[in-house]
Amino acid sequence: MSARTLFDKLWDAHQVVAETDTTPGVLYIDLHLVHEVTSPQAFDELRSRGLSVRRRDRTLATLDHSTPTLPADASGKRPYYTPEAEAQVATLERNVAEFGIDLMGWDSPHRGIVHVAGPEVGATQPGMTIVCGDSHTATHGAFGALAFGIGTTEVGHVLATQCLLQRKPKSLAIHVDGVLQTGVTAKDLILHIIGQIGIGGGTGHVIEYTGEAIRALSMEERMTVCNMSIEAGARAGLIAPDDITFAWLEGRERVPKGDAWKRAVAHWRTLATDPGASYDSEVRIDASTIQPSITYGTHPGMVVAINATVPAARDALEQRALDYMKVTAGQPMTGESVDVVFIGSCTNARLSDLRAAAQIMRGRRVASGVRMLVVPGSEQVRRDAEREGLHQVFRDAGAEWREPGCSMCIAMNGDLAQPGQLVVSTSNRNFEGRQGKGARTVLASPLVAAASAIAGCVADPRAYIEEEAAA
Amino acid sequence: MSQTTRPLAYVHSRTAVLANENIDTDRIIPARFLTTTERTGLGKHCFEDWRYNADGTDNPSFVLNQPASRGCSIIVAGHNFGCGSSREHAPWALLDFGIQAVISSEIADIFRGNALKNGLLAIVVSAPEHRWLIENPGVELRIDVASGTIRLPDGGTIAFDLDAFARHCLLNGVDQLGFLTQQDAAITAFEARMEEAA
Repeated sequence: MSARTLFDKLWDAHQVVAETDTTPGVLYIDLHLVHEVTSPQAFDELRSRGLSVRRRDRTLATLDHSTPTLPADASGKRPYYTPEAEAQVATLERNVAEFGIDLMGWDSPHRGIVHVAGPEVGATQPGMTIVCGDSHTATHGAFGALAFGIGTTEVGHVLATQCLLQRKPKSLAIHVDGVLQTGVTAKDLILHIIGQIGIGGGTGHVIEYTGEAIRALSMEERMTVCNMSIEAGARAGLIAPDDITFAWLEGRERVPKGDAWKRAVAHWRTLATDPGASYDSEVRIDASTIQPSITYGTHPGMVVAINATVPAARDALEQRALDYMKVTAGQPMTGESVDVVFIGSCTNARLSDLRAAAQIMRGRRVASGVRMLVVPGSEQVRRDAEREGLHQVFRDAGAEWREPGCSMCIAMNGDLAQPGQLVVSTSNRNFEGRQGKGARTVLASPLVAAASAIAGCVADPRAYIEEEAAA
Repeated sequence: MSQTTRPLAYVHSRTAVLANENIDTDRIIPARFLTTTERTGLGKHCFEDWRYNADGTDNPSFVLNQPASRGCSIIVAGHNFGCGSSREHAPWALLDFGIQAVISSEIADIFRGNALKNGLLAIVVSAPEHRWLIENPGVELRIDVASGTIRLPDGGTIAFDLDAFARHCLLNGVDQLGFLTQQDAAITAFEARMEEAA
């Protein structure tokens, strides 16, 4: 057999029926993750056709988008933002009961953002095909799984048949050589990449991230990178599994045990791009030159190094973005006054993200006038963080420590910014109105977010890290 | 409520031009309206934050509120339309608002797939053709699904690519879930091979 990329191998292994000129291929899906926002109409579709869920054992649901992040009151009532939000959650609870699907719900110790909780319980494994009605499903590609977001019609297709009709996308390799500098994180790396290739740079492609800098990343950092593949237009991002992957997975609830684990790892080791295999396109990035990076505009491709100035608008539309953000070309982003800081989302709400932010926050105070929300990605992250006392670090600094969920990343649960407010956010999208109508979003790493909370303005975290080192 | 699979052979309308690049799905339908459990009724919130002023009145500077756009069912949009989330609420909202086709020089993958599955034409044309359409708002177009062509008022045509299966489904109102469920034997055989290998 000729040399194949990792993507080719994953694709070939899941082809039920090959595509032809006139028909798409039938692709088998190993794991289907479900949440409350994009599933109700799909369950209705099954019901109206008298269909059942084909593989309940390959379907796993959670509650994350519409859920409040403030606790229930003494009577157990949760502070839903709207009756519709509450009804949507109740709809998923009813649907999973009716169709016999596992739900990581309110009473589960595993509930959390679908892309945080899924890997945590070991549902996400190398070599799988994984889908969810959510574009950040790309996150799971960090494990060497082919993972991508789908619409609600396709959610129905997978519930009923465990398959999707698909044509094979093209492949794009992003080789990241060199070593990231101190204070430069996986978030800075992916923001830098999106800034380089553009928000449509990956359209029609599956990205494979390779190279020395990628190999050096932890699993949580790899998830941050793959998570934002969609912000470059790519439906999926992949990183070949290695010992870091296997060590992270071993012993988790849903992974194979004993001999089955050994067999699985032996198979997973074959999941790498063969020498000599070719991609449709390739890009090379030097990690050593990357600075902490942030966005300055209204889409995730408008990225600048934190110590650089806002670039000149190339056309009227870019100028409109600068006007919306209330920034002018040539000004530094550092020093811009901040109203809200959000640490959370499927991009950056894992334990290592919270540790990084806490490292800067410890013994310091959130600047007056700044509201800071810290929202762990899952119940597991919350427990682990609280065991280490991180919640106390944030609370002592004046931040709010919330319950897990998508929260202010998508701002549909009532956690939102007011018109005109500037939010430094560890989430993934800075579109107009994403975090509240008229809100202005600056995407950043947890380090930049924490430093900005303390400074009260957009700030370079390296000053604080050096202060720590000197102390 | 069952999914509609109404056949669609052509769309005939004047165009409304939204020249902005990267019109994302949060723009098309803001996330706060995603708490619905229905497919219908989203049209009134389509482009909500663009379309309405803070006091709820129509924003007169928004193209689709202008008299020239009345009755238009074709949007010509800037590069990379539909980027962002996988929410199928975006094509649902556009259809409910009366839009039947979106033409751009690039359309995001997930949006495009979702649109075509709902009978919303998502059409990519070349950069020069796109520029012409952007610069000529209100032009009357006839989009022919079968031939994959857009007919211009002067009789000229623009050809566009449409996946053969998507075309077949649009023209014949083929229900893709029905097509998939017919693959049951192949799926069952695949599962058996997979269990054996494990």
